[in-house]
Amino acid sequence: MPQAAEMKSAPAATKLVQANHVSKIFTRDTFEVRALDDVSIEIAEKEFLALMGPSGSGKTTLLNMIAAIDRPTAGELLVQGENVFRYSDKKIAEWRNRHIGYIFQTFNLIPVLTAFENVELPLLLTKLNKNERRDHVMTALTLVGLGDRVHHLPKQLSGGQEQRVAIARAIVTDPTLLLADEPTGDLDSHSAAEVLEIMKRLNEEFGKTVVMVTHDPNAAAYAHTTRHLEKGMLLPG
Amino acid sequence: MAIPITYNVRNLRLRLGATMMTALGIALTVAVAVFIMALLAGLKKAFVSSGDPLNVLVLRKGSQAELQSGVDRESYQTIKYLPGIAKDKAGDPLASGEVVVVIVIPRKDSSGETNVTVRGMSPTGFELRPGIKLAEGRWFHTGQREIVVSKSVSSRFRNAALGDELFFGKGKWKVVGVFDAGETAASSEIWADVNQMASDFERNAAFSSVLVHATDSIAAQSLKNRMNDDQRLRLDAFMEPDYYGEQTKSGKPIQFVGTIVAFVMAIGSCFAAMNTMYAAVAYRSREIATLRIVGFSRPSIITSFVIESVLLALLGAALGLILMLPFNGLTTGTANSLTFSETVFSVRITFAVLVTAIGFAVAMGLFGGIAPAWHASRGEILAALRD
Repeated sequence: MPQAAEMKSAPAATKLVQANHVSKIFTRDTFEVRALDDVSIEIAEKEFLALMGPSGSGKTTLLNMIAAIDRPTAGELLVQGENVFRYSDKKIAEWRNRHIGYIFQTFNLIPVLTAFENVELPLLLTKLNKNERRDHVMTALTLVGLGDRVHHLPKQLSGGQEQRVAIARAIVTDPTLLLADEPTGDLDSHSAAEVLEIMKRLNEEFGKTVVMVTHDPNAAAYAHTTRHLEKGMLLPG
Repeated sequence: MAIPITYNVRNLRLRLGATMMTALGIALTVAVAVFIMALLAGLKKAFVSSGDPLNVLVLRKGSQAELQSGVDRESYQTIKYLPGIAKDKAGDPLASGEVVVVIVIPRKDSSGETNVTVRGMSPTGFELRPGIKLAEGRWFHTGQREIVVSKSVSSRFRNAALGDELFFGKGKWKVVGVFDAGETAASSEIWADVNQMASDFERNAAFSSVLVHATDSIAAQSLKNRMNDDQRLRLDAFMEPDYYGEQTKSGKPIQFVGTIVAFVMAIGSCFAAMNTMYAAVAYRSREIATLRIVGFSRPSIITSFVIESVLLALLGAALGLILMLPFNGLTTGTANSLTFSETVFSVRITFAVLVTAIGFAVAMGLFGGIAPAWHASRGEILAALRD
């Protein structure tokens, strides 16, 4: 039976994300801007992929599409074999809560909530009780090395610590996919290294699939694979 | 589970200046509404608690109030011996023919003169009003130019304290007692001997009204029906509580003006709350986008911002009520269009007034919060993240 289960899940394990001829076209005044132009990419489970490219090359657009924050104009994008864009807004929000952990360049912590409360936010949408939520939050904060900063407000933390809280918030629901948009862009080199080490550990020890958008070759060096985008097109890998 | 209320409370605290300004605006609206409601509650209490359910008040047919009425002494004799009227210890019927006039006397605070009701009655009149107690001095003696005044008349009018003399009718009247009528209509009255009053005001031919006490409620109803139906008597009989209940209508002008003022202010407060909440939404667009990415749905965002607006309004309600609490119990008076005299009553912030004020504030919060909350939930995640 275990063998059968492994066989059944095998295709999903190899292709967590499948983008087939995906394009995104914005219209600004009378101009058409092709943010993504016929991009096809497959991201395997447990992969650590870095997306690089100059500003406006479409990296963040692709990342946002994987998170179902943005819709493709053409083509098909499947995550875990599902085309989530067919879902209602409410169902997309639920799906994102369960499967996606999103890390922003500017951390985007809620300033009036403590580190604990920020990390707890995604769990409020689950069926976990208060004690279970506390255990999950403490596990996530300890994993990012902030078990002793739980009651601090974001303004009482350094940039690196804020980003680590944001990582804890992204992983607290144990999502399949971690999406990071320039996670080290606002950090000094020491804090950036700490954050990247955590992401590497999440990928290697906890099997999280990581897709990271970055300008920084040093950050990209932590990834298994690096793909480049230019003018909305994915360059051959 | 929804977005925690802590998030809203702390955001209100974070923007303390804007929060307090809006809450103060709402507080003033709530204060006006509370004041109007408390005035009306006091007025209602003054009239509703007046009157004994076994007392029947008799007026001339077609009269709405004692001042316009006249019951001749022959009819009084007929009424007095109708069956169903209770007897006093001496075996005499509990019936009091009373003369009611209005005099003008100056207020203590030099804010002018006003009409006050003077009621001439026989000592049976005291027995018909057992709830009214002597607070100072003694009751008047029959055949003497003596008066007893209510506590509020004593405190609000010049020359109305115990031992003072008031000039009305054909001469001076000595204040020999002060009575405590609680919050009833009698708390605005002066009482004197009926015969002295009839003589001074040349009302010897008729009483203004007759008050009788029935043996029980069935007898009271029957007395009322009998007097109303008897064409020879040409009288209108009222159960005493109904007669005073009807006088709560004298609060209608306060209610009318107050409602309009409170309504207009409420519209202003709704816009103030709306403005504050729109600013909050604009200020927190990135936070809202983050909450959406974390998995909170649009209805959760709407609920959260509406709750925040309602919390803001509740803060305003609390401030408004605190502003108004010193006025609770304050004694004031209003012109009674039926008696042509001043009715004294207390401002009463009752439980019903509190609940209504809070409900009023919640409604302002809801109306002020819905549009900004809707706006918050409809914002584009990507646009907000780029801001």
